[in-house]
Amino acid sequence: MAPVRGDGMRGLAVFISDIRNCKSKEAEVKRINKELANIRSKFKGDKTLDGYQKKKYVCKLLFIFLLGHDIDFGHMEAVNLLSSNKYSEKQIGYLFISVLVNTNSDLIRLIIQSIKNDLQSRNPVHVNLALQCIANIGSRDMAESFSNEIPKLLVSGDTMDVVKQSAALCLLRLFRSSPDIIPGGEWTSRIIHLLNDQHMGVVTAATSLIDALVKRNPDEYKGCVNLAVSRLSRIVTASYTDLQDYTYYFVPAPWLSVKLLRLLQNYNPVTEEAGVRARLNETLETILNKAQEPPKSKKVQHSNAKNAVLFEAINLIIHSDSEPNLLVRACNQLGQFLSNRETNLRYLALESMCHLATSEFSHEEVKKHQEVVILSMKMEKDVSVRQMAVDLLYAMCDRGNAEEIVQEMLNYLETADYSIREEMVLKVAILAEKYATDYTWYVDVILNLIRIAGDYVSEEVWYRVIQIVINREEVQGYAAKTVFEALQAPACHENMVKVGGYILGEFGNLIAGDSRSAPLVQFKLLHSKYHLCSPMTRALLLSTYIKFINLFPEIRTNIQDVFRQHSNLRSADAELQQRASEYLQLSIVASTDVLATVLEEMPSFPERESSILAVLKKKKPGRVPENEIRESKSPAPLSSVTQNNAHVNNSHSKLNNSNANTDLLGLSTPPSNNIGSGSNSNSTLIDVLGDMYSSNNNSSAVYNTKKFLFKNNGVLFENEMLQIGVKSEFRQNLGRLGLFYGNKTQVPLSNFNPVLQWSAEDALKLNVQMKAVEPTLEAGAQIQQLLTAECIEDYADAPTIEISFRYNGTQQKFSIKLPLSVNKFFEPTEMNAESFFARWKNLSGEQQRSQKVFKAAQPLDLAGARNKLMGFGMQLLDQVDPNPDNMVCAGIIHTQSQQVGCLMRLEPNKQAQMFRLTVRASKETVTREICDLLSDQF
Amino acid sequence: MMLFMLLFSRQGKLRLQKWYMAYPDKVKKKITRELVTTILARKPKMCSFLEWKDCKIVYKRYASLYFCCAIEQNDNELLTLEIIHRYVELLDKYFGSVCELDIIFNFEKAYFILDELLIGGEIQETSKKNVLKAIASQDLLQEDEAVEGTLRDIGLL
Repeated sequence: MAPVRGDGMRGLAVFISDIRNCKSKEAEVKRINKELANIRSKFKGDKTLDGYQKKKYVCKLLFIFLLGHDIDFGHMEAVNLLSSNKYSEKQIGYLFISVLVNTNSDLIRLIIQSIKNDLQSRNPVHVNLALQCIANIGSRDMAESFSNEIPKLLVSGDTMDVVKQSAALCLLRLFRSSPDIIPGGEWTSRIIHLLNDQHMGVVTAATSLIDALVKRNPDEYKGCVNLAVSRLSRIVTASYTDLQDYTYYFVPAPWLSVKLLRLLQNYNPVTEEAGVRARLNETLETILNKAQEPPKSKKVQHSNAKNAVLFEAINLIIHSDSEPNLLVRACNQLGQFLSNRETNLRYLALESMCHLATSEFSHEEVKKHQEVVILSMKMEKDVSVRQMAVDLLYAMCDRGNAEEIVQEMLNYLETADYSIREEMVLKVAILAEKYATDYTWYVDVILNLIRIAGDYVSEEVWYRVIQIVINREEVQGYAAKTVFEALQAPACHENMVKVGGYILGEFGNLIAGDSRSAPLVQFKLLHSKYHLCSPMTRALLLSTYIKFINLFPEIRTNIQDVFRQHSNLRSADAELQQRASEYLQLSIVASTDVLATVLEEMPSFPERESSILAVLKKKKPGRVPENEIRESKSPAPLSSVTQNNAHVNNSHSKLNNSNANTDLLGLSTPPSNNIGSGSNSNSTLIDVLGDMYSSNNNSSAVYNTKKFLFKNNGVLFENEMLQIGVKSEFRQNLGRLGLFYGNKTQVPLSNFNPVLQWSAEDALKLNVQMKAVEPTLEAGAQIQQLLTAECIEDYADAPTIEISFRYNGTQQKFSIKLPLSVNKFFEPTEMNAESFFARWKNLSGEQQRSQKVFKAAQPLDLAGARNKLMGFGMQLLDQVDPNPDNMVCAGIIHTQSQQVGCLMRLEPNKQAQMFRLTVRASKETVTREICDLLSDQF
Repeated sequence: MMLFMLLFSRQGKLRLQKWYMAYPDKVKKKITRELVTTILARKPKMCSFLEWKDCKIVYKRYASLYFCCAIEQNDNELLTLEIIHRYVELLDKYFGSVCELDIIFNFEKAYFILDELLIGGEIQETSKKNVLKAIASQDLLQEDEAVEGTLRDIGLL
């Protein structure tokens, strides 16, 4: 170990050695506690500590913190060090503050004062220390306190270069937390012109800042494009000796080059000026050419830096998507990397190619590498590289190579890592559906998926195959035959039983002519699986059996026997018992005609988006997987790719904006917009299976305002684009609601417009006022909207808000119910048993009572029900009802015109897994509404 | 933008942590635990990059120490590897053939050097010479103070 320069602290070194010599974790903790006690007493003691001692102890605290222990004192001493006139003490003070930021308001003011002093210092070392601290804390407090000083430091002619560099990045850090810190006007051009600065370090730091500013306001900073292009061009053509210490392993200024290339990706097209454009293309070509030159060094640093610039250049080429020549060259270059020795390069090449595959200019070019990519999927040692290969195969798949790629993916799935199976299953399912010309192929693929990786086949996948079979007559017979064969396997996955059960129930008649699959054979085959299946599948099979009675009257008695067996205690599950009994009765009571009507073939499903894609997107939040060829951004010659279905869909949806979200296959659309409306048209399979088992809906959007009956704050809605949070408070008959819209995408949402939907008639009962919001919701930003509500008279339901905006050129619209049901205006009322039951008896008129009996959510959860009731707004009264399981509540609804007293009783029946809910109130409409709100909620 | 940088040993002991985003302490601990386990489980020839939550992880092992950075989706992985390397070079130059012990005993120096290289998760100065010059001028101030202190102690000032 080299002797430490500067000024060492012996006490600290001894302490660190002690810790290192500890034999056990316990010994270490003991030593630390001893030290903490020591430091605490020193800090509290009467003897004033000198700067050196303070510094030493603060440093020890830091070390203890870095070992993973919590530190809750020493902040004041650290702040004292900031104003020390010794640099070494000051520096430790700043370090402590930076690492253990504490937004304690008193201290923050002291810290800010010290920073102010140091910013004024004539010594650049002090100024930088202060800037680093501001950047490390980066809070709004900091932004507010230094919004004047830092921009000045950045552009002033007297500032030294080292300080400018720190100031640029410090400003960037503050800008991220408080965007208003950047002055506009003449500052804009002064900031842009930092790109011309003599000092490479200043340019590098400034480019990061400008990149962030451009993202926020591209038009204002448009002037940076020309400067960036010419700076980049100069660097790329420089010889490595020109830039001295800014050359890194023979690569001229790789950091600055990459930053400039990133900066340019904020514009599309990068520039309108032909001259600039030509210079940029020339530069990009030079970068591509250099990749072909022999390396100047064998060191990995050389190749990394060089390729970092190359990959960023390729990103820009892909982003512009307008230069076929460059795109093809990029693709060839990446193709070479696919067989490079370095795992890192192979990984990045696969990743980059995923993007190239979505450009119509390079899609065909990418396909040339299919063999290698398939090999990567099979042979790579690192699962993340294999996964990237799968992503690329997915992206390069089109009608021409779909069968081959799907087959290869299926083959690989048998041995694939568990961690990527589920995603692969989704991808195969999507590709098979999207590129199926022959639906028998599609059915085969999905059944193979279930056979090979049944555990990873989610509900969405098997729902989808059934929807498609039902909608396509030509494949129904084949599907029935194939599932029948698949079910012959001695061990078959439960998902296969589900699909088989459903399809045979609908189309078993199509294969019944063959004696090998005669009705009784089908039935026995299915029933042989029954006992191995979960209740949900059994329920499905019971439905299949009753359909069989309709399809094949000749096996009626066999099936009735089974119903009989399961209609009693043999089925522990209440739902199964009930189904078996009801189906049995139906088969006995109903005439053939009635049976035929009840059990008619399922109608076609409305063509709608496949929920599989949404599931896939959800799995990869950062990176939306693509299998879609973008339309080029400039007029281009027609290539063979235009025949591609995806492309046709794309332009189709552009023409027909109102219908933009329902393309022909329903595969490549953002999540459906029909949330909350027209749910009747969404006849999902779930309906058939009975509500008790339907846990997840098919929509990817989280839309559950029901739970807001019981709470006031939380996430109201969320999909890929938008998150809406809500905070609300209520007093008497008044309420205030804050909606927080967060843009989750990388692009601004424009024409953002929430509209309240609450009829004039309803508004006479509940008056809701909504403040307007900005029409643009920036990428990653959040805006707030305030609503006030006044309850004038009791009302039913709750207002809805319809949100519309444009995302990537498509209009989006959905409706969300606001958490503004009438129970929000409850005031809880405490009362004893005597007065509760006295009032209860008083409210016994026909109009004052309302009662509902409903099935409990599985499993019946009394504690959960109590929690919900506590959030509902009424007072949950303990020791009132003689039966401790029963829950009773009391409350008053405040409206402007009157106050409505309301009592409620919830009685669980554990045997039957049911609840009985009784509501009594002095007003009939309230009684009914409260009863409606609460039923089915437990 | 870099979100954070962690240095940890082969035994999983954290040696340095620098956070460029405000995370609650609990989250920091959780992230650290998860990443240390994930990375230590990886084999030497594996790719240095991994997708993790909604960011990318870039890591590299130098002797007994792992350097691990989290960057945003759009950031350049290869160049992040070189930020790590530049940092290692700086430590090496400053301590003279740096080893894990140097970083343990002089963790504050390791922080000061890092602060000269990166601010707010962005590269500030890529020139090795310039960073070392900045650190040297800090040390010079300290040494002056130390000399001054000694002189005062022995009554010469």
